Amino acid sequence: MAEIQNFTMNFGPQHPAAHGVLRLVLEMDGEVICKADPHVGLLHRGTEKLAESKPYNQSIGYMDRLDYVSMMCNEHGYVLAIEKLLGIKAPERAQYIRVMFDEMTRILNHLMWLGAHGLDIGAMTMFLYCFREREDLMDCYEAVSGTRMHATYYRPGGVYRDLPETMPKYQASQWRSQKEVDRLNTIRDGSLLDFIDAFCDKFPGCVDQYETLLTDNRIWKQRTVNIGVVSPERALNLGFTGPMLRGSGVEWDLRKKQPYEIYDRIDFDIPVGVNGDCYDRYLVRVEEMRQSARIMKQCVAWLRENPGPVMLDDHKITAPKRVEMKDDMESLIHHFKLFTEGYCVPEGESYAAIEHPKGEFGVYIVSDGANKPYRVKIRAPGFAHLAAMSEMVEGHMLADVVAVIGTQDIVFGEIDR
Amino acid sequence: MTIANETLAARIDARFGERVMRVSSICGELTYEVAKADLVEVANALRDDDELQIDQLIDVCGVDYLTYGDVEWKTESATESGFSRGVERKPVILDESDTFDARRFAVVYHLMSVKNNVRLRLRVYAGASNPPIVPSLVPVWSSADWFEREAFDLFGILFEGHPDLRRIMTDYGFIGHPFRKDFPLSGNVEVKYDADKGRVVYQPVSIEERTLVPRVIRDDNRYSADLKDKADNG
Repeated sequence: MAEIQNFTMNFGPQHPAAHGVLRLVLEMDGEVICKADPHVGLLHRGTEKLAESKPYNQSIGYMDRLDYVSMMCNEHGYVLAIEKLLGIKAPERAQYIRVMFDEMTRILNHLMWLGAHGLDIGAMTMFLYCFREREDLMDCYEAVSGTRMHATYYRPGGVYRDLPETMPKYQASQWRSQKEVDRLNTIRDGSLLDFIDAFCDKFPGCVDQYETLLTDNRIWKQRTVNIGVVSPERALNLGFTGPMLRGSGVEWDLRKKQPYEIYDRIDFDIPVGVNGDCYDRYLVRVEEMRQSARIMKQCVAWLRENPGPVMLDDHKITAPKRVEMKDDMESLIHHFKLFTEGYCVPEGESYAAIEHPKGEFGVYIVSDGANKPYRVKIRAPGFAHLAAMSEMVEGHMLADVVAVIGTQDIVFGEIDR
Repeated sequence: MTIANETLAARIDARFGERVMRVSSICGELTYEVAKADLVEVANALRDDDELQIDQLIDVCGVDYLTYGDVEWKTESATESGFSRGVERKPVILDESDTFDARRFAVVYHLMSVKNNVRLRLRVYAGASNPPIVPSLVPVWSSADWFEREAFDLFGILFEGHPDLRRIMTDYGFIGHPFRKDFPLSGNVEVKYDADKGRVVYQPVSIEERTLVPRVIRDDNRYSADLKDKADNG
């Protein structure tokens, strides 16, 4: 009688389906997974420790680099935690801008997820389709902050600057003819709000396109239906949040249940799954993209009609205008103090959570009254999800591991921090 | 402080009495301190009590209170003496002491109830033992697993009863606990490729640590509670 033994297989850290640097040690019985042991930390940069060594505002840029496909949402969590400690609130217009960009970020994140998830389990075209729309949203990031990825746009007390009246335009080059450039630039003639408005009108049609490719696709269903099923009770116990929790049928969304900024004034729906498998989570996220476009549309309408300040006028916390500094001594002093020493935050602790595209992104700040945080803890949604990896893939085939990594929407920037 | 939080606080006070201690918060959050001997019992009760139903453990966070309130740049005496220029670094303290200050290491739990829509924070001090130990909450909430591994890795806090307490963030074979306040920001070792040996080797760090912005605490009257009350009333 032959002795049968389990295999131990190494997956990653350099594997295209590992979504970054995930190393999985898989214990296999034939092609069936007995146990998965994820090894993380290969991208650990000590963001929290670095944040302890810098004045509050200088760490906003680090937040972009956590979950590097939903940049502004990370900033939002951090900025909210500081604002909570300081006891301030951003002006109304800034709150609308933040919500609009949060939802834009949600679409950015879900498009990246859909493209990569599709690519992982065999739908090559999705990636190209998704990146086509991501390009437009990246242009919005560029218009408002000057960078296409790491925006550093949110500040305690508001946002860095008001929405621009013009959009950046394409220029003709040896790779792009004048005719094509003109075609691309026609929708970029108006202001940023016009561009976003046009995008929101067109986007549901794009989502329809993705859905015709996937939703009723037999191969797609074979790869996702009944894969990685999580019951609602387990999902709660495992600390799932966001689409992972909603996919299991728990109706929970911080934007509705614990509204921050102006979410309570906005009309939108929360999609909820039934079976808790990869397919339901796919449906939830696709519907979320449609809802995000709906929210953005409402923000655009409000922002068009209500001009106003986007930053608090309290120069102990926010920087004064350049123009004021030219002939106002007080402004000059404020500017100097803010950019050398920063501001002191009253002693205490705060935890601010937002509905990040991946789940609950929370920032816990302990302040001892100094100009630097005493301790910053970032609660990354993906961390709790990946911890449940072993439970989700147990009894599945090796190829399903990839489907589960995809459905968890793993990004290592936030897990390793 | 919201009504939901007050209701929850009243229930918790009634249920646990002396065993939990409410900590005041400047931003309306509910925080309790629990003795580590009571932790598991309190956690189980929080989860199973029909009125409380705290069904999610959102986060576990280690905190090292070693240098809490210390400043690198004193401003009070500046009128007489002038400001000091630089920052004097204390030498790195190596962990050889037999015991710690009992309130040095703390573990902070962020809890949430999906059913009742409330949040709650628990803080447990790890005590004077070296290494610091607190009981594990993995049997109560499964999500504690990796969060506790992280706190162990970064702060060296042991979780008694954890099924698989390994390092999670740092490199294989890493020495020390990097988020402790006496661990230097630049680390103790760096890696480089050694051409002679033909492999990557570890060596002591060659960079010197420096502070660009000193840590400073300024008395700011805007946040003083007395003045705030006066401003609100008048």
